[in-house]
Amino acid sequence: MSGPVLLLAMLAQTLRISVPYALAACGGVCSERSGVVNIALEGILLNGAFFAVVGTHYSGSPYVGLLCAGAGGVATAALHALVTITARADQIVSGLAINILAFGLTRGGLRVLFKSASNSPRIPAPDPAYLDVLPGGRTPLGEVLYDPLFLLTILLLIATLWFLFRTGLGLALRTAGEHPEAAHSAGFSVPRLRWLGVLASGLLAGLGGAWLAFEQHSFTDQMSGGRGYIALAAMIVGKWHPLGAAAACLLFGAAETAQIRLQGSGVPTQFMQMLPFVLTILVLVVWVGRSVAPAAVGKPYDPEHGE
Amino acid sequence: MGRADARWMGRLALACLAAALIVGCGGEESGSGGERFHVGLVFDVGGLGDKSFNDSAHRGLLRAERELGISSEYFEPAHPSDREAALRLLAQGDTELIIGVGFLFTDDIKAVAKDFPDKGFVCVDYSWSEGDAVPANLVGLKFREEEGSFLVGALAALVSETGVIGFVGGMDIPLIHKFEAGYRAGGQHVNGQLRVLVNYAGVTGEAFANPSKGKELALAQYEQGADIIFHAAGSTGLGVFEAARKKGKLAIGVDADQSAEAPELIVTSMVKNVDVAVFEEIRRVVSGQFEGGIRVLGLREGAVGYVRNEENARWLTPERVRQLDRIQAEIVAGNIPVPTE
Repeated sequence: MSGPVLLLAMLAQTLRISVPYALAACGGVCSERSGVVNIALEGILLNGAFFAVVGTHYSGSPYVGLLCAGAGGVATAALHALVTITARADQIVSGLAINILAFGLTRGGLRVLFKSASNSPRIPAPDPAYLDVLPGGRTPLGEVLYDPLFLLTILLLIATLWFLFRTGLGLALRTAGEHPEAAHSAGFSVPRLRWLGVLASGLLAGLGGAWLAFEQHSFTDQMSGGRGYIALAAMIVGKWHPLGAAAACLLFGAAETAQIRLQGSGVPTQFMQMLPFVLTILVLVVWVGRSVAPAAVGKPYDPEHGE
Repeated sequence: MGRADARWMGRLALACLAAALIVGCGGEESGSGGERFHVGLVFDVGGLGDKSFNDSAHRGLLRAERELGISSEYFEPAHPSDREAALRLLAQGDTELIIGVGFLFTDDIKAVAKDFPDKGFVCVDYSWSEGDAVPANLVGLKFREEEGSFLVGALAALVSETGVIGFVGGMDIPLIHKFEAGYRAGGQHVNGQLRVLVNYAGVTGEAFANPSKGKELALAQYEQGADIIFHAAGSTGLGVFEAARKKGKLAIGVDADQSAEAPELIVTSMVKNVDVAVFEEIRRVVSGQFEGGIRVLGLREGAVGYVRNEENARWLTPERVRQLDRIQAEIVAGNIPVPTE
């Protein structure tokens, strides 16, 4: 393969790796900006992947699967919202519990629905006919750029950006994460704003799971593989901003691609595996500087007693 | 909502969680124990249905049920820390032989075997090192994966048109290095000019369960000119097959016959006959010939090899099979040294 073609293939690989990170990280921004820490992203990704496969398997249509992934993600996030916002339990504990829950549920689901503890039957992924018509539609890069879920990801990133920073409700949601009392005095219900932020994170991360499943054409036990945690790191590197988080995800994706291509060049695997994480620390220290979390994130809000 | 309600909901959430965990890691029992010989088996990462290693061990167990009339039960630990718990649970019951499937059991099974000296233990892929004293009631099974890998490496070199072949390993550890080393040596035995691309999915146990990573690693190797890839990566390898499908290239499966995954592109599978080894150990115990220690099984014992069936005849031509048979005979005779790293 010639130089430019290889470069394009590497760009495609970077994008493929970044999409689930970006969706989950953007979800993390929505949730944490409203004041709820969401380490449940890992479990939401896993459930999203599982529901994408279940929906596709039983309907035959990957687009139904996509809807199911979004719904599954929202349902998982609703549990997190119920426990942390309505029941005011610890947000970290709830997130961890949901991750374990998702692990158990998907494994149990595989066993019950597909009689396997490891993977589901093969499912079709979205493969729109326009790929054959568009220029470069059947190249590695074209297959990513024209992918319906990729286009949806871009759209959702822009929508999140617009919603958080250009609408009154978005401002209220951010206020719920910085000064919940102020949002309360302005006549907003802090719990409702936070529910909105957490449910949005469920939708986004659930779709991120669908990407993983469609790339693989099946669900495999534990297939989220820690990507939810990497998305959280990207969110922090991106300073809790949708674009910053997306840029950090691209950086991680590029680091992983480099790591894949450089492996076997004589550098021990263990060092190459460290690359994305070393890069994170470097970027944080050198370039991003202080990354400050929303002031009220992690603190349950009690409307009756104030904070 | 009042504080009492909030507490109640927290408890409800916890109860749901506990229920899901039980669903997630539950074991299964076949045949009521009674006076029949009872064998327990604990699966590795990936669990039952991995169409590979674990399934192979399970087949050995089922065969023992049919032919030796034993009863059995198995556990699929949902979490690494559950492995030892599962072993202990079995040892405390009426189970007489307990089998751990996978090198990850090595330390746990040794500890449990010492605590239950009147029970028999078998560890598949026991990770033995110099000076390691194996308890008298523990059998550590080791396979010469490098010998089987040597043969599929030779086949890959014969099939490859580009002169570049690939290897995708799961966790970067000595056990998986044996596959790589044998494969590389086998390929270069046939074609001295052969290039071998090598990638590992990670440095933790999760590297065996990351198909998305496996797919990206394989795509990168195909893009660099490899036209056939051998994986030793558990369910991460399913991603390798996915990449092969995407690129219209070839792949080689591992541990068990994986051709059902994609018959049109899986040239063969390097098999470890874990089922034969598991059955053999159960037979020994049932017939009272159980003896602890390390057992090393290779081509000579028929414990490793490659799959030959109707579907892959187009790659395994009579000429190539003859060539592989010659190499196999040389290895068994000790004329071709097979490296392990």
